[in-house]
Amino acid sequence: MAHLDIRGLVARYNNATVLDGIDLSIERGEIVSLIGPSGSGKSTLLRVISGLLPPREGTVSLAGETINYADRRSLRRSRDKLAIVFQQYNLFGNMNVLRNVMVAPVTIQKRDKKTVEAEARALLDKVGLGDKLTSYPDELSGGQQQRVAIARALCLKPDILLLDEVTSALDPERVGEVLDTVKMLAADNMTLLIVSHEMGFVREVSHRVAFMADGKIQEMGPPAQIFGAPQQPRTQAFVSRILGH
Amino acid sequence: MLSFLIAEIPRLFTIYNVILLLKAALTTLSLSAVGCVIGLFFGFLLSIARLSHRPIFWPLKALALIYVEILRRVPFLITLMIFFFGAQVLGFNISALAIAFISTSVISTAFVAEIVRAGLRAVKPSQMEAAAVMNFSAWHSFWHVRLPQAWPLILPPVFGYFVLFIKDTALASQVGVLELTQAGKILNTKGFSASLVYGAVLILYFIISYPLARFGAYLERRLGASRHSRPRRAI
Repeated sequence: MAHLDIRGLVARYNNATVLDGIDLSIERGEIVSLIGPSGSGKSTLLRVISGLLPPREGTVSLAGETINYADRRSLRRSRDKLAIVFQQYNLFGNMNVLRNVMVAPVTIQKRDKKTVEAEARALLDKVGLGDKLTSYPDELSGGQQQRVAIARALCLKPDILLLDEVTSALDPERVGEVLDTVKMLAADNMTLLIVSHEMGFVREVSHRVAFMADGKIQEMGPPAQIFGAPQQPRTQAFVSRILGH
Repeated sequence: MLSFLIAEIPRLFTIYNVILLLKAALTTLSLSAVGCVIGLFFGFLLSIARLSHRPIFWPLKALALIYVEILRRVPFLITLMIFFFGAQVLGFNISALAIAFISTSVISTAFVAEIVRAGLRAVKPSQMEAAAVMNFSAWHSFWHVRLPQAWPLILPPVFGYFVLFIKDTALASQVGVLELTQAGKILNTKGFSASLVYGAVLILYFIISYPLARFGAYLERRLGASRHSRPRRAI
């Protein structure tokens, strides 16, 4: 059974169709990256999966359970299983680093505070921010904030982690530290769905790569195929343009 | 002229007149305090109703919108008169002071509701989205994320409004409430110099409003200048 199964997904912003019949199946422990030009629907797909934009048509199933986005309980159950790291981090500005990581597990998941704190400290150590526990988001660099966001997502103990262009808001010096963190997750056998423009990184960590354009998955395959021998003309044009730069 | 005023000071500040002024100051303070507290409480409730997206709150949302939009546009004096004469027409035996308490609370609620709504709305939507995907309930999002980030935006203008509002309570004298301005009028008609009487009234207004203004400035320093929030826009 696929860990994340998406069938015929359609989503619209007002009347503009941004996802136009997405089919995507991801196995447990698999790392799938979405690439494609801006506006192709990559980030929207993550927003739909996490329930921030309800789909107009199609289904999303998590571990065999189809999510009913109109039903709060179904949505809550699905959100218990996944976590998303946003492009702009979205750390809570009124909380320090440690509280940002702990607030949902303690307040929402009702887990033991001491256990959560120990886990949060360990995660922040793991992402190299063990000395920033009492700092506030605006005291951190973009790369540090993004790593806190990753630690916050991981502390929720998700089955699936969605990463939305986690390096696009960072300057080149900070990109490396975030990518190293994601590589650590990949090594931990977590199911990851990654939206990224970092082609080198995508090629290195992904089991499969999906090329999106016009709200559709135009081509999907192993990184060697997508970057080495793309089948579709649009994929070829995109890859040659990206790799040419 | 100055020597005349100085000579009048002991005549003005007799025990009777001082008690009159202090009683009036107490009434002004009470009107202001009740207006501020009730305005803050109901203003919060109205602003929360206006921000709610649940269909069950739509009637309340519409009522809150009508209430705020109308009462913010009506002069305080008109509201006061409507309550004063409305109570008489409807046969309610309510004192002028009670009418003034009701009117100040009604007006204050409308203004505070709008300030609070603007502050709550200024919190970035992305912060609420982050809370939503982590399964925060509407209440948890409000309590842990929206409200702490909105406070620095809400409190300075609310206290600014309260300082203005203290001055507006002077209009209660129009329906016969013995507050500071009315006390000044009484003493003036008794033959005391207007400069001296209203000078004393001015000082009492200042004594009432200055601590509130300082407290507002203190909160602004503590919260507004705090780095612990990143509002999308100012109110």
